Parts: sequence; C-alpha cells; structure tokens
Amino acid sequence: MNDAMNGKGTVKVEEKLYQNRYLVDAGRPHIRVKPHQTPSRGLLAMTHLCPAGCYNLSESGQVEVSADGCVECGTCRIVTQTTGELEWNYPRGGFGVLYKFG
Amino acid sequence: MSETEQDASPRFDAIVVGAGPSGNAAAYVMAREGLNVLQIERGEYSGSKNVQGAILYADALEKIIPEFRDEAPLERHVIEQRIWTMDDRSHTGVHYRSDDFNEEKPNRYTILRAQFDKWFNSRVRDAGATVLFETTVTELVRDLSGKVIGVRTDRSGNPIMAPVVVLAEGVNGLVGQRSGLREELKPDTVALAVKEMHFLPREVIEARFNLQGNEGVVIEAMGTITKGMTGTGFLYTNEESISIGIGCIVEDFVDSAETPYGLLEAFKNHPSIKPLLAGSEIKEYAAHLIPEGGYRAIPQLYGDGWLVVGDAGQFVNAVHREGSNLAMTTGRIAAETVVMLTRKREAMSAANLAAFARRLEETFVMKDLRKYKGIPNLLHGGKAQFFGTYPRLISQAMQTWFRVDGVDKKTKENAIARSFREARGWRGMIGDTFRLVRAWR
Repeated sequence: MNDAMNGKGTVKVEEKLYQNRYLVDAGRPHIRVKPHQTPSRGLLAMTHLCPAGCYNLSESGQVEVSADGCVECGTCRIVTQTTGELEWNYPRGGFGVLYKFG
Repeated sequence: MSETEQDASPRFDAIVVGAGPSGNAAAYVMAREGLNVLQIERGEYSGSKNVQGAILYADALEKIIPEFRDEAPLERHVIEQRIWTMDDRSHTGVHYRSDDFNEEKPNRYTILRAQFDKWFNSRVRDAGATVLFETTVTELVRDLSGKVIGVRTDRSGNPIMAPVVVLAEGVNGLVGQRSGLREELKPDTVALAVKEMHFLPREVIEARFNLQGNEGVVIEAMGTITKGMTGTGFLYTNEESISIGIGCIVEDFVDSAETPYGLLEAFKNHPSIKPLLAGSEIKEYAAHLIPEGGYRAIPQLYGDGWLVVGDAGQFVNAVHREGSNLAMTTGRIAAETVVMLTRKREAMSAANLAAFARRLEETFVMKDLRKYKGIPNLLHGGKAQFFGTYPRLISQAMQTWFRVDGVDKKTKENAIARSFREARGWRGMIGDTFRLVRAWR
C-alpha cells in the first residue's frame, strides 16, 4: 500500500504532531514490532490507522514503527493483541506525550 | 509481631492507580474521609495524558465537591445543544437552546481536561492524599491466595502495599488487563477519536455561535463524515478555543483505508463546519480510545483487594456521549464502599467489595447502560444505513422540500417517500425502525 492509497499523502500528520509537547525517552522505545515476514491484517492496518502516523510499510513488506510521535492511545495494542506482533508498554513515568489542553 | 511482618504491613489504606476523573474522585473521597491514600499517575501532572471532548456534567462533581464552580477551571456553560445528521454538503439539525440553562448553578460546562484534571487533583492533595507523579504502575502484587495486596511501579524500590487497590487506569488500562482481572479490549467495542484545539478570540466565538458572556454551544454530528464507519463528530465551544474531533469504531478503521487525521481534516473542511473554524490557530492534536461496548462490555468490577472504576470498567454511555460523569460517580461509590469497610474494620474481600456493584445498580450509571445495552450492536451492525444511507436520504428530502422550483408539493412528497423506499425498501425501513425502538426502550 503506498502513501496515496492509505491517505497519508493528502493530510500531513507530522504538521499536527508538531503542535504537541513530548518528552522522548531516547533509546527506549515503548513499542516494538517483533520480527515478521508478513504482517497480519491488524498490524498492516496500523499504517493508515495510527493517529500519529507512527507505522510504515518497508519496501520488503514488513511493518515498522517509530514511536517518537506516539500519542499513547493504545489502538495498535488492541488490533494486534491476538497476534502478539507488538511489544507494547506505556512510556516510563514522566515520558511521552504531554497534553496542555487534553 | 516480628519485624519483617511489620515491614510488610500496609502503610496506606488504599492505592488508586490513575489520576483522571474516576481516580481523582475515588482518591478525593477516601482522603477527605480520613483514609491514608496513595494515588499513582504516570503523567507529569494529572491531566497530562488525558483527553476528552470535553463536557463536564455538574451533577456528578457536585456530589463530590459541591462548591466546585467557585474554583474549577470551567470554560463555558452549555446553553445550546445541536445534533446534526450530515451528508457531504449539508446538515440537518435539531437544536435546543434555552435561557433556562443560564441558571445560578449551570448543568453542563465545556472544560479542557488537562487543566480541569490538574485542579481536581490539587483538591485530592489538599484532602491529604499522597500523589506520585511520573510513575507507571507495572503490576499488581498478590498474596498466596491471589488477593491483591499492592502494586509495583517503574520506580525502583519495594512494592507498595495497601489492603485495596482502586484501578482507575483508563480505557487502555494495562495493569488490570494483563493481570487477567478483565478481558482485553476488542477492536469492535472501542472507538478511536482524534481531536484538535482551535484558538480564536472570545468575541469571534461569541459572534459566530450567537453567545453572550460564558454561554456555550456544543454540536454532536453523525453521517457521511465517518465514511460509512460507526462513529460521530463533535464541536464544542470553549472560552477562547473550539474543540473539534471525530471518532470511529477501531474495527471499522481496520476494514477501511481511512486515516483518523484524514477524517478530521475532511470534517473540518465540511461546508457546515469550515466557517466556524475560519482563522483559528491550532495548538494541539490528540487521540484517545473510547470504550463503546456499553453494558455488555462491563467487566467484573471487584475482587479480593481490588475495584475497577471509570473507563477501565467501560463506564461510557455512548448514546448520550457521557463518560466523565460515570467515571466520577463510579470513583465516588468505590471510595464510599472502601471507607465504609475500613471504618467497620472489615476485610477488603470480594464478598465485601461486592457492595460497590450493588450500589452502582441503584444509580443512573447502571440503569442507563442497561437501557441502551442493544444500541452498540445495532449501530455497528447497521452502519451502512445509519451512517450513510439515512443521512443522505434525510438531506435529499430536506432539499426537495425546501427548494421552490415549480414542482407541486404532492409530487415532492411522493419523490421523498420513493427515495426512502428505493434506498432501503419497506422491509428494511420497518426492520430498522423495529430494531431501533427495541434497542432504545
């Protein structure tokens, strides 16, 4: 699925995330994708479903995550809980997104 | 008693996991009644991880802090509710506005959760509770019989012990789910909502929405804005900002190719919405899950040494868009149950904590959730009709009716009736009506 198909090309989520405040726990990502050949339907869906656009499909067909802009909603955890493709924890206390308005 | 046993004895009467509306309500009530309470929150402050529309329903908070209006950061009191069904170019609305809502003690307010929660939590600390921020609870501690006797956190150190743990950890509460106290959330009973904060001068907001002073308007919208998925949009007026958002059931997002932010952008650019936001400055983008499963998704609410409250317990009335009031009410009643047992020196056993669930049955919380128990399945099962076909038909019918074009009214009536019949069929319409009435009553 390319960016035009999944809609990422039309709306830039990076511009939205730019408004937010984060304290990134450098070197300690709170979400990891386990090694896989072919992503499940749920994990693949994260490439359009993640509200922070953290998931991308690599050229060789695997789903990758970069959680720096994560808003900690938990959607990816919910859609992959039966497949176990993600290692998911909340960021360490004090790290992650910090809402001023909520 | 030996020294080791003394060390293991609880310092706190209760631990509350989370500092949202339910956790703050629970911690405040227990601390006010003299219990030694520890509240643990993973954010930098209460509210820093929390997201809501947001509308505050005064009644639930009044029962906890009657004088809240004098000190809580409130935005606008709601005098007008608009409910819209939308197609791509139109909206058909039911609006209710009343000067009766300009009362001494208004019934509903818009709030900004990060600021409101911070205030609520300051009251928790004033009442004597200890609050640990920037600390994530990682697991429950149990004794050999399985009774919950404390928690472990991501701060180094020994487990923290207490006779009872109140889990107010929110919709995506890992502690209770990973401990097997309740089932994992399912993609078809949880919605993902995204939201933006749009800032405008207050005079502009007041002129655009026909408001004076701190009066406010809230809009709830459904229709083609969710592209055939089960979901709703909202727009709420704050003092100097507008909260706008849209959310859909996660399973529907999985099946579609839509992005949440793409939906939000399309909603913002709808011809009925765009002029309301014109010239605004965006200052925040947020996303959150909403438990939408209703009565049938409510998990086991208590056990030996634990209780669950708020979103973690699926306490959301999806039909009326109520959640924080259910959160505060369940937090308060959990706290009152713990206070009662502590005073009577009774054990925090499942049998004794069952009083929490029994008391909830007597409140609007369980009565409302039970009343609408069939709605989530109905809407989800009929999403093509309820979020696509009917909103389009209603818009077309309105336009046919209001456009004056030389066609006689009887012909227009027939055309409208025919459009519904052709789109849904008599059997379909009767079935939809029957199912809706059955689910609603």
